[in-house]
Amino acid sequence: MPDEMMIDDDVVRHVLSAGMSTGADFAEVFVEDKRSSGAVLDDGKVEELTSGRDRGAGIRVVVGDATGFAHTSDLSERSLIETARIAAAAARGGGGSASPSDLRRVDAPAPNRVSVLPEEIGKATKVELLTRADEIARGAGPAISQVMARYADSRRRILVANTDGAFADDDQVKTLFSISCVATGDTGMQTGRETIGHSIGFELFDRYDVEELARRAADRAITKLGARPAPSGQMTVVIGSGGGGVMFHEACGHGLEADLVNKGASVFAGRVGEQVASPLVTLVDDGTMGSEWGCFAIDDEGRPAQRNVLIQDGVLVDYMWDGLRARKEGRPSSGNGRRQSYQHLPMVRMTNTYLMGGTSAPDEIVADTESGVYVAHLGGGQVNTATGDFVFGMSEAYLIENGQITEPLREGNLIGNGPAVLAQIDAVGNDFAMGPPGTCGKDGQGVPVGDGVPTLRVHGLTIGGTAA
Amino acid sequence: MTPDELLAIGDRVVAGARRGEGVEVVVTWSRDTEIRAYEGAVEQFTSATSAGVGIRVVADQRQGFAYAGTLDPAAVDQAFEDARDNAAFSSVDQYAGLAQPDGVAAVDLALHDERLAATSTDDRIAMAIAFEELVRTGDPRIVGIDGGADYSDTDALSAIVSTNGIRTAAAETGCALSVYSIAEADGDVSTGFGFSVGRHPGELDMERAAADAVQRAVRMLGARPAASERLTVILDPWVTAQFLSIVAEAFSADSVLKGRSLFAGRQGELVASELVTLVDDPTDRLAWGASPTDGEGIATRRTNLIDAGVASGFLYDSYTARAMGGATTGSAVRHGFMSTPSAGAQAVSLVSGEVSRDELLATVGDAVLVQEVAGMHSGVNPVSGDFSTGIEGLRLRGGEAAEPIREVTIASTLLRMLGDVVAVGSDLEYFPFDAAGVSLAIADVTLSGA
Repeated sequence: MPDEMMIDDDVVRHVLSAGMSTGADFAEVFVEDKRSSGAVLDDGKVEELTSGRDRGAGIRVVVGDATGFAHTSDLSERSLIETARIAAAAARGGGGSASPSDLRRVDAPAPNRVSVLPEEIGKATKVELLTRADEIARGAGPAISQVMARYADSRRRILVANTDGAFADDDQVKTLFSISCVATGDTGMQTGRETIGHSIGFELFDRYDVEELARRAADRAITKLGARPAPSGQMTVVIGSGGGGVMFHEACGHGLEADLVNKGASVFAGRVGEQVASPLVTLVDDGTMGSEWGCFAIDDEGRPAQRNVLIQDGVLVDYMWDGLRARKEGRPSSGNGRRQSYQHLPMVRMTNTYLMGGTSAPDEIVADTESGVYVAHLGGGQVNTATGDFVFGMSEAYLIENGQITEPLREGNLIGNGPAVLAQIDAVGNDFAMGPPGTCGKDGQGVPVGDGVPTLRVHGLTIGGTAA
Repeated sequence: MTPDELLAIGDRVVAGARRGEGVEVVVTWSRDTEIRAYEGAVEQFTSATSAGVGIRVVADQRQGFAYAGTLDPAAVDQAFEDARDNAAFSSVDQYAGLAQPDGVAAVDLALHDERLAATSTDDRIAMAIAFEELVRTGDPRIVGIDGGADYSDTDALSAIVSTNGIRTAAAETGCALSVYSIAEADGDVSTGFGFSVGRHPGELDMERAAADAVQRAVRMLGARPAASERLTVILDPWVTAQFLSIVAEAFSADSVLKGRSLFAGRQGELVASELVTLVDDPTDRLAWGASPTDGEGIATRRTNLIDAGVASGFLYDSYTARAMGGATTGSAVRHGFMSTPSAGAQAVSLVSGEVSRDELLATVGDAVLVQEVAGMHSGVNPVSGDFSTGIEGLRLRGGEAAEPIREVTIASTLLRMLGDVVAVGSDLEYFPFDAAGVSLAIADVTLSGA
C-alpha cells in the first residue's frame, strides 16, 4: 500500500545529515500522521461530530548535554532539512563528532491485531452508540437529570529514524467511549462516569456493551445521591480490583522515571536493590500488553515496547528509561521514551503500570477489615516526586464497618507518602484486573496510559473528607 | 505570517459556502521558543512555528466540525469537506448556528509587543541561565532544580471569518519564566515553584520569581502532617486562582442550560459572602486570558458573576444565548484550532479587597496558609460542589508563621467556601491560565491529617 506519510530512506538520510552538519552526537527525525474523529452527545442531542488530521515532523539534535528541537507540519525534503538545521542551531552544535550509522529497520511485534479500523465504520453507527447509551442511562431512574456520552477514535502512524541507525515505524489505533451522568435529588447533584478504551478499532464494542456501561454510570450517580460526607483522618483503605492502579502510578510510578531520578527529584533515587515496598508488591510497567490503552509496538524513539519489572517482591529492580537518559548511563532504553505529538520532545513516561495479583481472596480482605474505606473507583491523581507526597481522588467509595461494605461516600481526595504507603500494603488479592484508560500528564504533555490492580489493602492513607 | 494572510485563508474557505450553509473558520499561527537551563547550560532549546485551521459548518440546523494542523490549501479543503459531512450526522437543533455580529466594537488591548521579537536568542538563553543561577544561589539549602529553569515565549496570531460577516484578527505575545526548586536539610526534602509572566521579557520579574521559588521550598523544610481540625484557611493567590477557575465553570451558561450548575436558578440570590465580587474580564490586558474577541469573533467584555455575594450573571456564547433567550457576553472559549467554541470563563478574578496580605494574616490570626494544592481535578467536583484537595502550607498562630505542614487535605463544598469567605486581600496576582488570584481567607474548612 503506498503510504503518503512515510518519507523515503534517502530523505531520512539527508535530514539526519543536515542535523549533524555542524557537529553533533545524535540526531533523530520523528514523523507523525494522526487522524482523529469523535462525536459528543449531550443534553439529548448529538452536538457535533469532529474529525481532524495533524501531521508533521519533530527533529532533535543532541550535542553533549544540550538538546535542540524544532518541528514542522511541512514534510517536503526542503522543509525537513531546514527544520533539521534549526534544531542543530538550537543545540548550539559544534563539538560533537559522531557520524550517522547505516539505517537498520527495527523489528517490533505489534502488541495486538486491530480487526476493524475506525475509518471502516460509518459515522451513523458511531452516533447510534451514543443515542443508545443516552436512552439506557435516562431510563435508569427518574433521578437521572443529564447524560453526556462521547465516542473517540484515532489512528496515529509514526516513523522514527536516528543516527544510531534505528529506523522504525508503527501504526497505533485507539478507540474510546465514555458516559457521564448527573443525578439530582434532595441532596443536590451527583455524577457517575464510565470510560472504556483500548488500543484497538471498532471491535471494542464487541467486548463491551454500551448499555451496561450506561446503566453502571447512571447507578453510580444515583447511589451517590445517598452518600454521606467522607470521613477525615487516617484510615485503612481497601482498593477494589481494577479500580485503583492510579495509586501506584502516583505513589511510585513517576518516582521511578529516570529523568526525575537523575535530577534528584525522586524519593526513589539511589535505592535500586533496596526494599522500597511491602514484599507483597511486584510492580510492572508493560508496553507490550495486548490491547491496553498504553500499548505500542515501538515507543516514540523507535525502541520496541518492553515489559519491565520495576519492583519485585518489594525490592526496587530498575527505573524506567528513555534514549537520552539511557545514553548518558551507557545502558539500553527500556522502551519508555514517549511524547504527546511531533511537536514535543520525548521523555520518560509510563505505559501500562500494574500491581501483580496476590493470593488473598478479595472478600476475605474486606471481611478482615474492621473499619475503613472501600474505594471501588479512583479518579485522577498527582504526585510531588521529590517529597513522595501523592493524592488520588475517589469517585466511588464506601465505608467498611465490621468487615462489611456499607454506606456510599461523597467524593474526595486521599493523600499519602509513596514510600510509607508502599510499605504498608498488607493484603493483595487474587483478582487482578486492568482499570479504565487514562491520560498521564507530565511537563505539559499528555500520553495514554493504562493501569491495573487486584483488590488490595493499605494503611497510612489520609482520607480528605469533612466528617469527623 | 500576518493577520491579513490568516484572514485571506478564512475568506477563501467562507467563499466556498453553499447557499443556506453557515461556515466559520478559525485560523491560528504561532512562533514558540522554549529554553530549559540546567546546571548553568542550555539543556533543551525548542524553536518552532505551528499553525492550524478549524472549520465549523452549520446546515439544516445541524453542526459539524473538522480541523487540520496545517495551512496547506489541500488539507484545509479536506477539513471543510469533512466538517460538511460531519454536520449531516449530528442531531437537528433549532439553536444550532454561528454568532451574529452584535455591534459591540472590540477594544484594542495592545497584547502584541514588538519588544519580544526584538529580543535576541542569546538574550533569551542568558535569561534562562541567569534565572537558574538566582534560584540555586538563593539559599544554601537549595540543592537542585526539578526539571530545569524554563523560559518560554510565544508570538501568536489568530483570525476568525464567518458567513455571518464576522471577520476579525488578533495578535498577541507572551513570555514566562518558571521553575521548581528542591531544598534539603537534615534529610528533609521540599519543593517550591516560582514564575513570572509578561507580554515581553522586560515585563518579567526574574528576581521575584526566583525568590518565590527559594522561599516556598525553604519554608516547607521539616513539614509534617498536622492533626485533623476545623479551622480557617488562607489561600495563596496561586491557590485562589485555581479555586476560582473551578467555581467559574458553574457560571458557564452551558453548565446552566444542561443542568450541571450549582448556580442555576439562583440569580439575584445571596450565594457567597458579601465580600465576594467575582468578575470575568478578558478586556483586562494584564490577564493571561485577555483577548479583544472571543472564540466566535465577538468583542469580549467584563461580566459580573457574583456582585457583593449575589449571583448576578452567567457567561454566554451565541448558542447558549439563543437557547436561553439571552445575549452573548463574548464568552465563547476555544482551546486552539482543534476545538469548537463553548461558553466559559476567560479571565476570572475577585475584585481585590482593601487589606494587604500582612494585614490579612494578622487579622485572621489562627489559620493555615495554603501555598500549594494537589488533586484539584480529582477531588473537586464542580457539579456536586464537593471540594477536597491535598495541600502544603504554613500554620499561622497569632498572625505569625509557625510550623510548616504537608500530607494533609482540606475539604468543604464550593458553596460553603464562598459563603465562609472572611477576608479578601488586595494582592492581586496574574497566572498563566484563565484566572487571577488574591489572598483569600475562608473559615470553617476541615483539615484532615494525622
